[in-house]
Amino acid sequence: MRVMVSKIRHRIPSFISLSVFLLSAFALLLTTTEQSSAQSSDADHQYTSEDIEAGSRVYVAECALCHQRNGNGVDGVDLRLGQFRRPLSDNDLREVITTGISNGRMPGLDLRQDELDGIVAYIRAGFDPSGVAVKVGDSGRGQMLFEGEGQCSTCHRVNGRGPYLAPDLSDIGAIRTPAALQRTLLEPSSALLPINRPVRAVTQDGQTIRGRRLNEDTYTVQLIDSEERLLSLIKSDLVEYEVSETPTMEPTTLSSDEVADLIGYLLTLGGLR
Amino acid sequence: MKTLQPVLLVLSVLVGPWVSAHLNAQVSYDRVLGAADEPENWLTYNGTYSSQRYSGLRQITPANVDNLELKWMLQNQVFGAWQSNPIVVDGIMYVTERPNDVMAVDAATGRVFWLYRHTPSEDARVCCGANNRGVAVLDDKVFMGTLDAHLIALDATNGQPLWNVEVGDENLGYSITMAPLVVKDKVIVGVGGGEFGIRGFVVAYDADTGEEAWRFYTIPGPGEPGHDTWSGDDWEHGGAPVWITGSYDPELNLTYWGVGNPGPDWNADQRPGDNLYSDAVVALDADTGELKWYFQFTPNDGYDYDSVQVPVLADMDWNGVPSKLMLWANRNGYFYVLDRVTGEFLSGTPFVKVNWSSGLDKNGRPIPTPQPPGSPTWPGNQGGTNWYPPSYSPRTGLFYVSAWENYATIYEKEESQYQPGRMFLGGGFTVLTTVPGAPTIGIGRTSPINNWTDEVGRGAVLALDPHTGKAKWKFEQFDVSDSGMLTTASDLLFTGGREGYFHALDARTGELLWRASLGAQIVMAPITFMMNGEQYVSVISGHTLVTFGLRD
Repeated sequence: MRVMVSKIRHRIPSFISLSVFLLSAFALLLTTTEQSSAQSSDADHQYTSEDIEAGSRVYVAECALCHQRNGNGVDGVDLRLGQFRRPLSDNDLREVITTGISNGRMPGLDLRQDELDGIVAYIRAGFDPSGVAVKVGDSGRGQMLFEGEGQCSTCHRVNGRGPYLAPDLSDIGAIRTPAALQRTLLEPSSALLPINRPVRAVTQDGQTIRGRRLNEDTYTVQLIDSEERLLSLIKSDLVEYEVSETPTMEPTTLSSDEVADLIGYLLTLGGLR
Repeated sequence: MKTLQPVLLVLSVLVGPWVSAHLNAQVSYDRVLGAADEPENWLTYNGTYSSQRYSGLRQITPANVDNLELKWMLQNQVFGAWQSNPIVVDGIMYVTERPNDVMAVDAATGRVFWLYRHTPSEDARVCCGANNRGVAVLDDKVFMGTLDAHLIALDATNGQPLWNVEVGDENLGYSITMAPLVVKDKVIVGVGGGEFGIRGFVVAYDADTGEEAWRFYTIPGPGEPGHDTWSGDDWEHGGAPVWITGSYDPELNLTYWGVGNPGPDWNADQRPGDNLYSDAVVALDADTGELKWYFQFTPNDGYDYDSVQVPVLADMDWNGVPSKLMLWANRNGYFYVLDRVTGEFLSGTPFVKVNWSSGLDKNGRPIPTPQPPGSPTWPGNQGGTNWYPPSYSPRTGLFYVSAWENYATIYEKEESQYQPGRMFLGGGFTVLTTVPGAPTIGIGRTSPINNWTDEVGRGAVLALDPHTGKAKWKFEQFDVSDSGMLTTASDLLFTGGREGYFHALDARTGELLWRASLGAQIVMAPITFMMNGEQYVSVISGHTLVTFGLRD
C-alpha cells in the first residue's frame, strides 16, 4: 500500500523530466518520420489481400496435391507456418516454385508473375486470406543492415555477439511472426512487450539507474542496467521510480525493401537447438 | 496402501500421544455447529457455517506478527496449482493434493500419518486443472469428492475407504473439485462441468451409509418453476455447476449455494431466457433440498460470470434493524447485500470497473450494456473476483476480498453443438493487452517471471463496507491474486497472491505489518489453529504447505 502510494507520488515530478525527454524524442521522431514517410506505412511492406486471395486459388490448383491444403504434406515443410528446410526469402520461394527442386522431387511450375506473387503472398499470410503477408527479403543483405546501417547491433545481441541492453535476438525468428517483426521495426511503441520497458530509478544516495525491466512485483523490480549489470531494486528504497512506455528503439528509417531484408535475416535466427 | 501399513504402525507408535488424542476426538455435528467456539480447530472449509473465515484466535497480534517464523513445510508430490484448504481437528490436519489424495498430517510437525490415494478414471474431464479444494469431516469420517465425480468416505483414523458412491457420470463431464459440506447427518456436494454441458445439481448423502437423501437440480426440469427460462432442450445441457462449498444457517435450516455459468459459456444468444438458476444463489432446505428462494446475479450470462463465490453470512443492523444478511462480491463485478431469510435484494455496488451492465434495478437485476464485437468487457473472463474465499470480520464490520482491477476481455461468440462429454463453450475470449500478442493473465502463474505486468490487470485486497459497498481501504498488488482471506480476533488479515508473498495486514487500516516471500503463487486461503497453546497460520504456496507460528 505504502509502496504504491510512494510510487505514484514520485512519478509526478519525474513526469516533468520525462516530458522534456519525450518532447525531444518526439522532435527527433518528427524529422525521421518525415524522411521515411514514403515507406513507413504497413501497406508498402506487405502484399495485398487481392494477392493473397489470388494466391489461394493457384495454391489449391497447383501445390495442394503434394503440400496438402494445410501446407504440411511434405516432410520437414510447413508452408502455412512458414517452416522450410532452409530459410527462404520471397525471391528464393519464387525460384523454387519456378525451377523446382533437383532430382525431380518438385517440378518447376510455369506461372505468370502475378500468380507467383500470389502464392508467395498466400504462404506469407499463413494461408489466411485476411492475414497479413509480410515481404521477406534477402537474409544476407539483412544481416549487413542489422550490423551496419540499421544500427540494430548497437543494442541487440545475437549468438553471443553484441550488447545486452536490448533483448537478445538469437531466437527471435522462432518466436515471432514476420508480421510481428515488421510491426516492431516500423512502430516499436506498439510492439514492445510491457515487461521489456525502460525503467528509471533514483536511489536515496542520488544515483540514477536506467535499464530494461526483466521482472517486477509489488515490492521489487529486476532489471539490467545501462552498465549491463543485473540489479534487483526494492521500490520502497527508491526516491523515484518510473516505467516509460516509450521504447528506446525508434521507428526504422530503412526503405521497405531493406526492412524486408532485415526481416529475412531475423527469421533465420532460430536459437540454439 | 497395504505396503504402507507397517510404516503406519511404526509411525503410530512414535507419535502415540497424537494418535490417541485423535482417536478420542469425534467431530460431532454439535462441534461443527459450534465451530466458532473452538477456534483452536478449523472444522469446515471456511471455518464455520457462516463462512466468514474469521477466527477467534488472538495470540498473533499486530504487535507481535513480526515474530512469525517458519515452523514446518509439507511438499506436494504432484505438480499443478495446489488449491486445497486444510481442515484441522485436535492437532490433526486433513488436506488433499492433486488429483485426489487425502493426507492426515500432524499439525505440529507436518509429518504424515496416512495417505489415501484415489486415482480418478482416465475419462474424468475438468476444464481448468485437476484441482481438489479439500475435505469435510463429521464424526469419525473424512469426505472427499473426486475428479471422476465420486464421493468417498474415509475412516479418519487410518484413511481406509468406508463407502464410495458415483455422484455423476464422468463421461458426461461431471466432476467434483469442491470440499463437501456436512450438515446434521448428511454430507452435501455439488458438481463441476459447466464447460461440458452438464445439468448441474446439489446432492446430499447419508454420512453413515452413502445413501442419497436428496438432489436439487440447478436447472429446473419440465413442469418445474423456472423451466420456462430455457428454450427447447437447452436445459438438458445448460451447465449451472456448483463447484464451491456452500454455507448453512442453522436457525433457518437453509443451505446456500452459489451456482456457476450457463452453457455454452460465451454464446448467450444460443440459449435465450434467464437460464435459471445459473449465476444465482439458491437457498435449499438442509433436510429435503427444497428450494426456498433464489437470487440471480447475471441472467442469460455471456461472460462466464460463475456465481460460485462463497456465500458469507453476517448478522448486523441494516437500516437500523437487526438483520440476517448475505454478503457477496460477485465475479460479475458487483458487491451485493441480500436478506438471507427471504433472498430480497438490499444493495449492489460495483467494486471494480464494470461495463457489461450500466447498473442494477431496484430488484438487483442488471441493466445489460453488451459491448460491440471486438470491444473489451470489464471485468474480464476471470471476473472482478472468483472462487477465492473472502472474509468478514464482525469486529471491523468489513468484508475482505481479492479483486482483479483493470482487467478486461474481448469475447467472441459462435454457435456450438452440444456433444456429450465434449467442451461446450460457444466461442472464446482474448484478454485485453497493451500490445498485440503480448503475454496475458491466465488461470494461474506458469513462470516465476511476471511477463504480463500490471497493465493487463492488477490485484487488490478490498475492505468493503457492506453498508456503502465502497472500499474503506485498498491494498494493491502488482500481479493479480487468487488468494482467499483470513481474519482474526486480533484484527489481522492474512492473504497471499500470485507473486508468492504472504501478507499480514492490519484489518482496520490495510497497513502492511509483515510479509514473507514463499516463492510461488498462493491460490488458496490461509487458515489458523492452535496446538499446545501455540497459534499457527498455514498457507499453501506453489507446491508447499507452509505453517508459521510465533518465535519461541
